[in-house]
Amino acid sequence: MKNWWKSGSPWIWLTGGAVTISMIMVFGLLLLILVRGFGTFWPHDVIETQYTLPGKETVTVVGELRRSETLTATVLRDAGISLPEEQVTVTRHLIKAGNRDVTGKDFVYYLDDFMGEWTYPEAITVLERREWGDFYGRPLRLLEQGQVIAQGDGLWGEFQQRLGRSTALHDEIRSIEKGAIGDINFAMERVRLDRRRAELNEKLTPEYEAQLQARSAALDAQYAELRQRLDSLYTDVRRDALVLQVASGEEVTVRLADIVNAWQPNKMSLPGKLGAYVVNFFDFIFGYPREANTEGGIFPAIFGTVTMVLVMSIMVTPFGVLAAIYLREYARQGPLLKAIRISVYNLAGVPSIVFGVFGLGFFVYFLGGGIDRMFYPEALPAPTFGTPGLFWASLTLALLTLPVVIVSTEEGLARIPSTIRQGSLALGATKGETLWKVVVPLATPAMMTGLILAIARAAGEVAPLMLVGVVKLAPTLPVDGNFPFIHLERKIMHLGFHIYDVGFQSPHAEAAEQLVYATALILVMLIVLLNLSAIHIRNQLREKYKSESD
Amino acid sequence: MDTTTANPIQSASPEGKHGHLFEREGHDKLDLSKEEIALEVRNLNLYYGDARALNDISMKIPAKRVTAFIGPSGCGKSTLLRCFNRMNDLVDSCRIEGELLLEGKNIYERGVDVAELRRRVGMVFQKPNPFPKSIYENVAYGLRLQGVNSKRVLDEVVERSLRGAALWDEVKDRLSENAFGLSGGQQQRLVIARAIAIEPEVILLDEPASALDPISTLKIEELINELKNQYTIVIVTHNMQQAARVSDYTAFMYVGDMIEYGDTDTLFTNPLKKKTEDYITGRYG
Repeated sequence: MKNWWKSGSPWIWLTGGAVTISMIMVFGLLLLILVRGFGTFWPHDVIETQYTLPGKETVTVVGELRRSETLTATVLRDAGISLPEEQVTVTRHLIKAGNRDVTGKDFVYYLDDFMGEWTYPEAITVLERREWGDFYGRPLRLLEQGQVIAQGDGLWGEFQQRLGRSTALHDEIRSIEKGAIGDINFAMERVRLDRRRAELNEKLTPEYEAQLQARSAALDAQYAELRQRLDSLYTDVRRDALVLQVASGEEVTVRLADIVNAWQPNKMSLPGKLGAYVVNFFDFIFGYPREANTEGGIFPAIFGTVTMVLVMSIMVTPFGVLAAIYLREYARQGPLLKAIRISVYNLAGVPSIVFGVFGLGFFVYFLGGGIDRMFYPEALPAPTFGTPGLFWASLTLALLTLPVVIVSTEEGLARIPSTIRQGSLALGATKGETLWKVVVPLATPAMMTGLILAIARAAGEVAPLMLVGVVKLAPTLPVDGNFPFIHLERKIMHLGFHIYDVGFQSPHAEAAEQLVYATALILVMLIVLLNLSAIHIRNQLREKYKSESD
Repeated sequence: MDTTTANPIQSASPEGKHGHLFEREGHDKLDLSKEEIALEVRNLNLYYGDARALNDISMKIPAKRVTAFIGPSGCGKSTLLRCFNRMNDLVDSCRIEGELLLEGKNIYERGVDVAELRRRVGMVFQKPNPFPKSIYENVAYGLRLQGVNSKRVLDEVVERSLRGAALWDEVKDRLSENAFGLSGGQQQRLVIARAIAIEPEVILLDEPASALDPISTLKIEELINELKNQYTIVIVTHNMQQAARVSDYTAFMYVGDMIEYGDTDTLFTNPLKKKTEDYITGRYG
């Protein structure tokens, strides 16, 4: 035993054990997110079975098995369900039955003991709808203007074709509403603001007023034209409908215009399912959210997160690097500098919500309010920058991550061999020339390290963002085709906040659960991607500046 | 080991009474009357904080000759070398008394432009320290600092300097590659090329071959022989054979004192002082 202690093995076991436990925890977390997140998009088979609770009527159950769990029989006896004396445990299944608008509940628990045999009928169709969630049923007839045009064998093919048409029409409607009409609204607002600005400056001459009127009239005319086009599109898209039979035997009509996607999972082969999986995955990444964020995609959140992180990087890098250069190269080393350094390091330990409150008070109300009064008086009382938005969120995060960049840059500067500095000085360079031509380029990899840490921290931050610019649903992206193209004052969506919102603020908790995992997965992938690109840049810089001393 | 000289403060008068006992007779002082003088040190004292590192050094360094400083580690030879281009200014606690004349002008006078001084007195360090730039840009660095940006001028100077440093043939096809890709010996010659690109009057070499293999060392020594036709060279070295091979004059330093300064042949074959003899015969150091 004594020899064992002396041999040093305990230390190897202790340190190795610490690494193992950390790895298990990290990989466990990642595995959970990966499995649940990637599972979301798989077109699961749809079960059909009979369910008979003792003393109740038999009902037909149609849906996807979401999960199964085992309970003690006592719990169910307490709930008033009679079970055999000797039974100890009961298995129950959570079935996603969809059809929220028909039955009122789309997730139901069924006890295994009272279920009949599970069958997987090929005819059962899953419809992903724009409203009311998924729909499960057997398609019966396809209607055009109320007239039956297909049933039986040719139904599915005809349906697919017409679904393609309605989806194309829907996309056109969306692009007109979001794009062209959005642009007109933007221009109308410009006209209103121009008039108000002229009023405030007392320059609203009759000529100018006429000019504004003309602009406004032109926009109105454009709008009327688009409106007409939209009306005809709406009529077109409402033409077709599908009649389906649901589990209870009832017939339900679903308009093709309301359908996003349709598949018959029980009939699909493995490659077919893989194809559907890929389509679902891309719809999720590039789609817009629906139904209070519990359905559809998360594109605005991804876009918002990336934009915010980029703007933050642009803010924090120059500030952090310049501050670090001053602290390391120019400032006189002494107690004051020590105090400043300690303050900067401690800034990293301040709870992030404090930064959020500061950002709201200082950036949003004070700075933003000031900017509004100086540059956007015509828009008041509606605030432009005096309200939470992308710019303030980025600035708050920049403040939050500033210490990381300063510390890394300082360490990088300190590591540069003094011989290189002396080499430059010996050639007649001044301190400034040496710094900017030799020292700072050599320290760029360290600056990138700081930026990588800053990105990792900023992309995952949620709490302060809720106060300074991130919202549940942002109507427009912060980048679009209207001048000045990047709208720093707009509110954004954010993946971290999206997870919180979908997971804890949504009315359909069961439906949202999988989306939480999927969104978390995308967030993790996004952070990894941002980090990998930063690391790639850093490695290239290192390669460029590598010396034999490294 | 001579204990009286162990402490630099106490050794203010190293040639104490008993020191003379070991001196040979019949030697005159070093005669530099035929040489043009490039640098002159007058009663130079240097302190790091309270500790005196150089004791009342006075010497004349002839132009277009190679002068070597030898001595054991910590004797102050590098410190003295760094006085010539005021590199010691970078050390906060460093204080200097006395005069150091470059072409008759004291470089420690107020109002001297240090950057300008360093352009006139180039330096090559112990470890090769190329910049993280291409070979071409390394050599062009000093000229660019002076505002020379004409491609024609730079091309010409880069080639001339690299030829001068006997490196041109090895790197002419890869001038745009990073200087860190060169071997240690090539890097050191690149650094010399960088130094001569701005055409200094004096080149200070601080143990330029100590980090190199014997073949690279040989090349550097050959180069020094070439360079002395154009430049005044002061070299610090640990290697006495090297000093004997490359230098015209040699100064032996010991714990902050200039013990003996003479022409190289005399100093190595017939040293005046006992300490010098002990050192060059390997009895200490």
